[in-house]
Amino acid sequence: MSAVLLEARNITMQFGGLKAVDSLQFQVKKGQLAGLIGPNGAGKTTVFNMLTGVYQPTHGEVFLDGQSLSGLRPYEISHLGITRTFQNIRLFKGLNVLENVLIAAHQHVQYGLLDTLLQTKRFKSSEQSLRSKVIDLLHIFNLEKKALEPASSLPYGEQRKLEIVRALATDPKIILLDEPAAGMNHSETHQLMETIAKIRSQFNLTVLLIEHDMKLVMGICENIAVLDHGVKIEEGAPSVIQNSAKVIEAYLGVEDEA
Amino acid sequence: MGFLKRPFLAFLALAALGLIVNFGFNAYIQLIVLFILVNCLLSMSLNLVNGYTGQFSLGHAGFMAIGAYFTAFTSSKIHFLPDSLQLLEFFVFIFGAGLAAALAGFIVGLPSLRLKGDYLAIVTLGFGEIIRVALLNMDFLGGPRGYSGIPSFGPFMVSFLFASVWILICFFTIWRIVHSSHGRGFLSVREDEIAAEAMGINTTEMKVKAFVLSSFFAGVAGGLFAHFTAFISPSSFTFLQSVNAVIMVVLGGMGSMTGAIVAAVLITALPELLRPLQDLTGIDLRMVIYSLALILMMILRPQGLFGGYELTDLWRKYVRRSA
Repeated sequence: MSAVLLEARNITMQFGGLKAVDSLQFQVKKGQLAGLIGPNGAGKTTVFNMLTGVYQPTHGEVFLDGQSLSGLRPYEISHLGITRTFQNIRLFKGLNVLENVLIAAHQHVQYGLLDTLLQTKRFKSSEQSLRSKVIDLLHIFNLEKKALEPASSLPYGEQRKLEIVRALATDPKIILLDEPAAGMNHSETHQLMETIAKIRSQFNLTVLLIEHDMKLVMGICENIAVLDHGVKIEEGAPSVIQNSAKVIEAYLGVEDEA
Repeated sequence: MGFLKRPFLAFLALAALGLIVNFGFNAYIQLIVLFILVNCLLSMSLNLVNGYTGQFSLGHAGFMAIGAYFTAFTSSKIHFLPDSLQLLEFFVFIFGAGLAAALAGFIVGLPSLRLKGDYLAIVTLGFGEIIRVALLNMDFLGGPRGYSGIPSFGPFMVSFLFASVWILICFFTIWRIVHSSHGRGFLSVREDEIAAEAMGINTTEMKVKAFVLSSFFAGVAGGLFAHFTAFISPSSFTFLQSVNAVIMVVLGGMGSMTGAIVAAVLITALPELLRPLQDLTGIDLRMVIYSLALILMMILRPQGLFGGYELTDLWRKYVRRSA
């Protein structure tokens, strides 16, 4: 059994009278490819927002490698090694592809303001190595030729890929993918599955993804948690989930006896 | 000293320009040229906040006033160097003026940069007005009578070169920062704060840094202004002056440094260039034409003259095409 990397301990998110997520408890193990699924409005993205510090949970705590993330700002959590993509793509639209990824690498920049002003060797060489590192990352998704194009000019599928590249540039321990296959066709989704598997082994990553595409989830996830109305109703391997009466009920409703 | 090569070349170019103005034009034009330099500093510094970092500051006149009064007071009261080194002394005081404005920027920025958009505009607007009203009530700074007897740098050429040095410091500082990872941090705040935070950018820190640096150069601009006019009063730093700075940034194109400079030149020179028209027609059409030009600009080219591009981008495009 490998160690637990990310743990949500009884996290609850309450917006006024609405409990978007209710005492959610789950763990993601190191190196695992885990999935979080559930019908629309189940609270999946709210969970991501709590894991990354966009929301502070009303109750409960999140732990990364045993360290509590309570009270930390999103950028601090990013520095600790949690990164994410967004359901409704949040690229830096006015900037080019290269700049988008370079920004994510900012936390690893070695030079200070003085190096910048005096244009020291350290400034020049670390800018250069930063750029070549980013180009290598872009290469994984075949985006390197578009490095200087504005991010907003990319087709939808490539924008999603660019979000993943940008997230990787933070050098994360775990990457949270919010519906990476949304809007992709069959073959694109298939490609994406392969890439996710590839980056996981290449970067020694742990992956947690939200997805509606059941084929993708069942195809690559090792452990799946199912959320409905903010409550976890089932958790387990794909085969367990597929045969769970509760999950089928949540997605399709109860069969009418009459 | 490789980092000084380009600034030095730029200094030579500016000096040549100064010589032309020195020998080719009268004192009236020369004073306008000096005001152009002050406005260049203002628009470049405001561009850092409004253009690159995507915040909206409307209080630049306040920082300028702090710098102006700081310089006025220190340079007329304190002498710590022999007379032959007076320019160096002025340089130190203007640096101090920048620091004083930067400190004010830090105090105002730290709490208010948590606000967004319109709210930040209101807070900074309020700050500018508070500074002005406070100055009106400070008797040791002259109150509403203003502060006079601020020493001059000397002949036009000395003033011009002195201001040019500050222009270049400002330009290359901002230019280099914007073209580094720190500057990309500023841009990410403008583009999408939530995504920037998720990618590990401390957005508050970025905003405060941009704001403080911007205030610094606004203070410097105020200091130069005080020396050029020899007299300042609270009415030199009204809300209109802040708006003027915003107009320059918007006209030049948000996030374009060369655009900010071109716009500062236009905005400062245009009302003066239109003055002969007044003598000709007998009616003051200057402000009518000036505002019409701005309205037309916003209709025909809302992204500003340069729209986020730099003069150097055009240059590169042209060279690449002809090569």
